[in-house]
Amino acid sequence: MSSDAIGSAMKPRNSLAHVEAAGWGRGLGTLMRITRMTLRHPWQVAIAIVSTVIAATLQLLIPQLLGQAVDQTQIAFAGGEAGAAAERALMISALLLLGVSTLRGLFTMAQNYFAEAVGHHIAYELRLACYEKIQRLSFSFHDQVHSGDLITIGMLDLEGVRMFFSTGLVRAVLLSMLIGIGAYLLISTDVVLGLLALSFAPFVAWRSSVTRLRLRATWLELQERLSVLSRVMEENLGGIRVVRAFAAQAYEMLKFDRASKSALELAHERVGLRVRNTSAMTFSFFLAMGLVLLVGGNKVIAGEISVGRLTTFLTFMTILQMPVRQIGLMVNSFARASTCGSRLFGLLDLDVAIKDAPDAKPLEITDGTLRFENVSFAYPGAEERPILRNISFEARKGETIGIVGPPGSGKSTLAHLIPRFYDVTGGRITLDGQDLRKVTLASLRKAVAVVQQDAFLFTTTIENNIAYGDPWAHERRIERASESAQLHNYVLGLPAGYKTVVGERGVSLSGGQRQRLAIARTMMLRPSVIVFDDSTAAIDAATEQRIRAATRQFAKDRVTIIIAHRLSSLMHADQILFIEGGEVVERGTHEELLAKGGRYKALYDLQVRPGEEPLEQVGEAG
Amino acid sequence: MAQDHIAELEAERVDVRADLRRPPRATVGSHRIEEEMFGRAFDKNIVRRIWGFVRPYRTKVYISVAAVLIFTGTQLLIPLIIRYAIDHGIAPGQADRSALMWSAALFLLTIIVNYAASYVQETVVGKMAENVLFDIRRAMFGHLQKVSLSFMDKTEVGRLMSRLQGDVNSMQEFLETSVLSVGDIALLFGIVFVMLWLDFRLGLLTLSVMPVLFIVRIFWLPRARNAFMAAHETNSVANGALAEAIHGVRAIQSMDRQQVNFTLYDDKAFANLQTHLRAARFAQVMVPIVDALTGLAMAVVIVVGGSMVLNERLDIGVMVAFLFYVQRFFDPIRSLTLQYSVMQRAMASGKRLTDVLDVKIDVQDKPDAKVLSPDMDGSVEFRNVVFGYDPRHPVLKDVSFRVNPGETVALVGPTGSGKSSAMALVHRFYDVQQGQVLVGGHDVRDLTQESLGRQVAMVLQEPFLFTGTVFENIRYNKTDATREEVIEASKAVGAHDFIMSLPDGYDTELGERGGNLSLGQRQLISFARALVADAKILVLDEATANIDSYTERQIQKALVRLLQGRTGLVIAHRLATIRGADRIIVLQAGQVVEMGTHAELMAQGGLYSRLYNLNYASFDDIPEAELEASLQGASQT
Repeated sequence: MSSDAIGSAMKPRNSLAHVEAAGWGRGLGTLMRITRMTLRHPWQVAIAIVSTVIAATLQLLIPQLLGQAVDQTQIAFAGGEAGAAAERALMISALLLLGVSTLRGLFTMAQNYFAEAVGHHIAYELRLACYEKIQRLSFSFHDQVHSGDLITIGMLDLEGVRMFFSTGLVRAVLLSMLIGIGAYLLISTDVVLGLLALSFAPFVAWRSSVTRLRLRATWLELQERLSVLSRVMEENLGGIRVVRAFAAQAYEMLKFDRASKSALELAHERVGLRVRNTSAMTFSFFLAMGLVLLVGGNKVIAGEISVGRLTTFLTFMTILQMPVRQIGLMVNSFARASTCGSRLFGLLDLDVAIKDAPDAKPLEITDGTLRFENVSFAYPGAEERPILRNISFEARKGETIGIVGPPGSGKSTLAHLIPRFYDVTGGRITLDGQDLRKVTLASLRKAVAVVQQDAFLFTTTIENNIAYGDPWAHERRIERASESAQLHNYVLGLPAGYKTVVGERGVSLSGGQRQRLAIARTMMLRPSVIVFDDSTAAIDAATEQRIRAATRQFAKDRVTIIIAHRLSSLMHADQILFIEGGEVVERGTHEELLAKGGRYKALYDLQVRPGEEPLEQVGEAG
Repeated sequence: MAQDHIAELEAERVDVRADLRRPPRATVGSHRIEEEMFGRAFDKNIVRRIWGFVRPYRTKVYISVAAVLIFTGTQLLIPLIIRYAIDHGIAPGQADRSALMWSAALFLLTIIVNYAASYVQETVVGKMAENVLFDIRRAMFGHLQKVSLSFMDKTEVGRLMSRLQGDVNSMQEFLETSVLSVGDIALLFGIVFVMLWLDFRLGLLTLSVMPVLFIVRIFWLPRARNAFMAAHETNSVANGALAEAIHGVRAIQSMDRQQVNFTLYDDKAFANLQTHLRAARFAQVMVPIVDALTGLAMAVVIVVGGSMVLNERLDIGVMVAFLFYVQRFFDPIRSLTLQYSVMQRAMASGKRLTDVLDVKIDVQDKPDAKVLSPDMDGSVEFRNVVFGYDPRHPVLKDVSFRVNPGETVALVGPTGSGKSSAMALVHRFYDVQQGQVLVGGHDVRDLTQESLGRQVAMVLQEPFLFTGTVFENIRYNKTDATREEVIEASKAVGAHDFIMSLPDGYDTELGERGGNLSLGQRQLISFARALVADAKILVLDEATANIDSYTERQIQKALVRLLQGRTGLVIAHRLATIRGADRIIVLQAGQVVEMGTHAELMAQGGLYSRLYNLNYASFDDIPEAELEASLQGASQT
């Protein structure tokens, strides 16, 4: 990140904060939107729902069949003609039971599989949408949003949305079928016994919903505390030398214990919450079962119902226990999908600030002349603090413009305006007379390349990293670019040469090597304008001179803009702009500026230490 | 030159035509190298180590095992009570209200016990597992504070973090499930026993379907696990690619790679979809099998049991009880097979945890280690020091020098000459192989590391800041430092002004590793931190990165202030710093080649004067070729 961006990084980072505070109405809209997404797979949704209905119906048949079988046994036991018939019927009940169980299994399988499949399909679509959106959102968005938040949206929130169909919607159908029809059957058979058998349901449904929501809230809190703990550990391990240097192990253990204790306390609280809930639910269920046994038993004795009926009631209860407990999970799934979904859709619905104008045409390069016309710029949301004011200059093909100035003067911002990472807020920038905002982004970014100060390395081979902007490039070109950037010899010394994997999970490169790689990478693009954004700071002066010499031919066909604080990097420029407070305060060639005796001269004196040869000669020596 | 250029372009054009048929040289994300996920189901040594952590809570373990057994017992008892109520209280012919009342009372008692047992078991196990989890993590973290830095240098932080998080969590899962397994095994045997006891023949017939499930699951498990692992892996690959797009978004946009990346990502996301669908098929295929077997068992109970009832060889209540048991029958089998996987995963994690816990601690306080007094003179001396990370390849060979109290000595020399190692030895990050390092006249091995650290402040090349406020960062380990002291130190190093311009001044929360500050600003804060530590000796590794000239001048000034009244040992890169030192020690290939003031060394005309005369602003700017030439010149003289 450049020094210019530091100011903007200090601004509040939560531009997604408004999304998290989504109200109930918005939550409902989110759930509707997820539901609409699932309908893009109508067949799978239909199969899942129909299977659910059939599976629930079949499951409700089982207690009936069991009760019937018990009654038939008793009738058969009584003997006689009815008994003989009952004996045959018993056989049929057994076969029915086998058939119904198997079918129920098959339909449950279909229900679960298709419900999950729908979820995975919408997850796939959302993944792609998310990826595409994140790739397209402009720099100003990425400046303000923490990358960790985006990762959370793309991974965890996406899961919450994915699970909604199977654990929310389909479960809702299943539960309402089982509980609704089950309750109807029970109550219509025997009102008192039915009500008794269901007496546990409202309590359990309420308890499990409340507890689930509280568990979810505490889970989020626990994640928060655990992330504090992992940050303590990660920083400690990453900065272990500092820790040892200050003999701060005890202090660090204290920090660890504090974070650890707070997480442990909450974890214990959660165990208590969970256990109190499950134990209470189980107890209320069994209590209702005991009452059914007692009251039902009395009814059997009184001859009001048969033993089989009683068995039906008891089996019904075992079957209903699971769905009633799951009400909590369902409520949780709704809550989770609505918050996760509103965050995810909040991201997907964001407007891309920098995009092609409706009538954008591809950029046409003729002379290759870059012109800044009274350019001003302020970061979005900080309009009262302009970073650049009325910058004007012109650069023709083959020319080099040097830009220098104190930290925070707006140098890097200027570089970011040319490829339209940000849009100017006043004036205009043109390339061969075409306003940059009126050409297509793709053609502009092909024509303008910025060598960033802190080159991002992708975890892949060096070859792929160099050819990042031109993946079809031939090996020879890659090597040539690498030679010009003075990287070739280093690469050849690596165990796998150009096939060596670098980056986060590979060989790590030093700052200077990374910058050389960035230069090679940019040369692959063959841009019309190339901007070096303080991109040689970590390269020693002599190597930098060699790079300049090797790229002289390359520079002939394009405009080169060099932003640097080391004057030897830019003193050969055709024109040097000294920027301070967002304005050009001095301009001219190196000699002109030195003769002027202004700020440029002061900076020059600062860099050339008294009693030493001027830097110029040092440069020549390399 | 121009000719070549045209020829090259022509060749290029031919290449491009051929290239279009080639796949691009492009990937998104990186394929993660997964660590071994499953180990042997049971490893005696690892279980013993884990037990070491559980031991302090062993009473709780016994209580919870007892509770889980009682819980299982009550679960087994409930169908029996129902059976009793039916056969002795309700069934036609045997109707007996008092028996029914007794049954109800017994039922109530049973469920109260059930409630209590489940409450005790789950609470005790849950909390115990959490405690053990935090204990293991603390033990590992504490151990990592003591292990030698060479281990830390070799090991990635990410790898250690996955030990401290993922592996520790799978231990917790293991503890919770092992107690549950006890319950499941008890339930399984309990059901088998009760069924056989109620009626041996019917029990045997009903149970005959059970092995079918066992066999099916034995075949199913390894395949299903492969499918689950594949889903897990494609998921992390897709997530990795997404994370890459987020972190590298600026590079992606500036090179206009969005289209290519999207196509590549689509492949990964689609592969992820496919593996998940496959895993879902594997998970769901067991459902109809279990249901069909349950149906079969119920059919057996009805047909066989029913005919036995007719022959008066079985009470109807027993048949009802059987139907209840059959419905619970497959639960323990299902959960036991899942727990088997948990066990295997835990063993693999346990192995990795013990690997970390067993890393040897090389640098340790002696039992009679002395406390280095703040009144010591502040001298540093190397006496014939030989040291190497690999003892066969010493980095320092017989190095001797002395830094007098209050003196500033600059260590200079080309990369790899042993400067940084010498600095690390003052702090006893490593132990010497031969010779001695003395601080304040004491061998560092005779001192406590704590007191040594308090008297030797260190500023590293890369300033490292912690998440927290600016104030906390400057104060760091010196927790008794007042706000005034912190502000004074910041003013002394010239950091006060920019700190005050931050939104909350000294109370501004720094981002991850001070991400919201520039390199120069972080450098100044780390100087202030060293100043607040107020140690007698300062060891400093000057930053090599090019900082803008304005900040750099401030850093130079701060450095002078920092060294005031202290013994300073500075690894210097910039000529200004080197010349400002009282004495200069030139190291080359692990040996002291020159020592003296700037003027003396220049007069000597050795390596130092040659390097100096090359006229680079910093010794690090010297191109390798010239450095090489100077070194050869030095060795010839």
